[in-house]
Amino acid sequence: MGEKILEVKHLKTYFHTDAGLSRAVNDVSFSVEKGKTLGIVGESGCGKSITSLSIMGLVEIPPGEIAGGEIIFEGEDLLKKSEDEMNKIRGKKIAMIFQEPMTSLNPVFTIGQQITEALMLHETLTKKQARERGIEMLKMVKIPLAEKRFDEYPHQLSGGMRQRVMIAMALCCNPDLLICDEPTTALDVTIQAQILELINELKEKTGTSVMMITHDLGVIAEVADDVMVMYAGKVVEHATGDQIFEKPMHPYTEGLMHCIPKLDDDDTQRLSVIEGMVPSFDDMPAGCAFCPRCPEARQICRERMPELAEAQGRMVRCFKYTQEWEESGE
Amino acid sequence: MNEKMSQAPLLEVKHLRKLFPAKSGFLSKEKTFIKAVDDVSFTLMPRETLGVVGESGCGKSTMGRSVLRLIQPTSGEILYKGQDFMKLSGADLRRVRSEMQIIFQDPYASLNPRMTVGEIIAEPLNIQKKYSSKEETRDHVVKAMEVVGLNPKYYTRYPHEFSGGQRQRIGIARAIVLEPSLIVCDEPVSALDVSIQSQVLNLLKDLQSSMGMAYIFISHNLSVIKHISDRVMVMYLGHVVEMAKKTELFSNPSHPYTQALMSAIPLPERHSKRKKIILQGDLPSPANPPSGCIFHTRCFMAQEICSTQKPELKDIGGGHYCACHFCGKCQQGE
Repeated sequence: MGEKILEVKHLKTYFHTDAGLSRAVNDVSFSVEKGKTLGIVGESGCGKSITSLSIMGLVEIPPGEIAGGEIIFEGEDLLKKSEDEMNKIRGKKIAMIFQEPMTSLNPVFTIGQQITEALMLHETLTKKQARERGIEMLKMVKIPLAEKRFDEYPHQLSGGMRQRVMIAMALCCNPDLLICDEPTTALDVTIQAQILELINELKEKTGTSVMMITHDLGVIAEVADDVMVMYAGKVVEHATGDQIFEKPMHPYTEGLMHCIPKLDDDDTQRLSVIEGMVPSFDDMPAGCAFCPRCPEARQICRERMPELAEAQGRMVRCFKYTQEWEESGE
Repeated sequence: MNEKMSQAPLLEVKHLRKLFPAKSGFLSKEKTFIKAVDDVSFTLMPRETLGVVGESGCGKSTMGRSVLRLIQPTSGEILYKGQDFMKLSGADLRRVRSEMQIIFQDPYASLNPRMTVGEIIAEPLNIQKKYSSKEETRDHVVKAMEVVGLNPKYYTRYPHEFSGGQRQRIGIARAIVLEPSLIVCDEPVSALDVSIQSQVLNLLKDLQSSMGMAYIFISHNLSVIKHISDRVMVMYLGHVVEMAKKTELFSNPSHPYTQALMSAIPLPERHSKRKKIILQGDLPSPANPPSGCIFHTRCFMAQEICSTQKPELKDIGGGHYCACHFCGKCQQGE
């Protein structure tokens, strides 16, 4: 085990909605090791983005509420920080890249103004120094004609370029942790390949730890050292990348792996599917949240939620790997 | 396959072109055009699935819509069951259109929020005046709902009450209710979660084998295209760069762009030995396409000839078409 840069313990982020209480993140614990990439994977509504927003302190309260838990970053609990203190951490020590490069840049400011904003805020630099650093960052993310682009507006750039600008902005203060929330989902595959290569390269160069949030197991396979699979607000499996792609243990992870069409499949076969759909928060099944869709569910699964427990060198939330499963033998 | 060959084609598209006027200067009389679809030709057999793949802006959606004349093509010929579809108008056009349907990408935007599921699915029947009695129409709608796996008790519900996957089923029910012989599927699964995506793909395949329609299946996702298609067409900047039977295309991709596209897909496996081709730069603007071969600005194989001379789309054997000066040679170079 290397040094932990971030440790999330029993995080609970709830939302109060008209339809009732939504437990978007329900008792989630994990840690990110220094210099490593943690991949968080799951379908829409599984709580992966809310987890990252909670770390950044960007959950809107109300309707949101951090109902419990700790987020330990460099030895201190981020949840106990004031807004002013968080402002000093956000962008400086923890930076984030969002999914939509089109909407996360401000259309009325130039690329340069937006990059230097973070630099001027967190570091004592003159305008001229900030400009130099900004251009240097644009060069680092391989934007051609960086000096010219620096004075252009977001609409003058393509989607892939804008995402590079976002990465440059995120990395300009040398953050210790970079959170990427679906950074390539809005991009074309050939551009996605460029961006993933860039993120991997920069990670090597700067030693930044990365949290990569995505629904795409292919992206996870390429970048993640560790993988955490989430379903309906809970962690269902947490293992190393090699473990999870060699043998997924949770039935949900397994289903997820099998239902993507692959280039080397036998395509005369039907795709295997996960039946049904993700339950909505006001209609959560009793017991394991996945049991209505699980091909292996037994009576015990419908009665109680299994614990996230160690099995074969990783963490899995499934009765299949417990003593009780043998005893409940059907 | 042989059976298909002997049949007459369902659809023949020849030299289809769609130009969109681009903004010109305030006083300038010169008009510039964006060539969204430039000289696309193909045939589609009954019961066949033609996969169309390419990145955003390559013209695949415009092509799909032009074929149905939802967007009026600038020039070209479309023969549907041998008759000239481009020349039809009024009642004749409407009659032929009843055999062609489309499924859209965004299941949130393509359903009218003020109509119930029943009304949405019944609309094509009403427009075509298929049945005179309401009961008969209703029976057919209910049947279509059952076929796509929607519970008929949702007949009076509204689209917002459904999840993305179920909405896409409503869109599919609307497309099949007239029992068409051609459906253009425009990115039908891109907005869906992976576990739902596989359900919808299976449904589309099942419907094809039970109802026998042909699909033009448009997607940016090569894995999905490979799963569902019989033949595949790869588009780049409005042009067809490669077209072949699926097995041939995937075992022997001949255009450098197809090769790059295939190698760029992140695969869910560790330590893949695949060599990645990472293309440099962005897609050029279709308003100002590169000279010669449209792909030469990003091509890893490009030679001098590529920037001056446009390669023809030629048959390189067994119905495998490729538009590259160095077709077949790039494998040797690898």
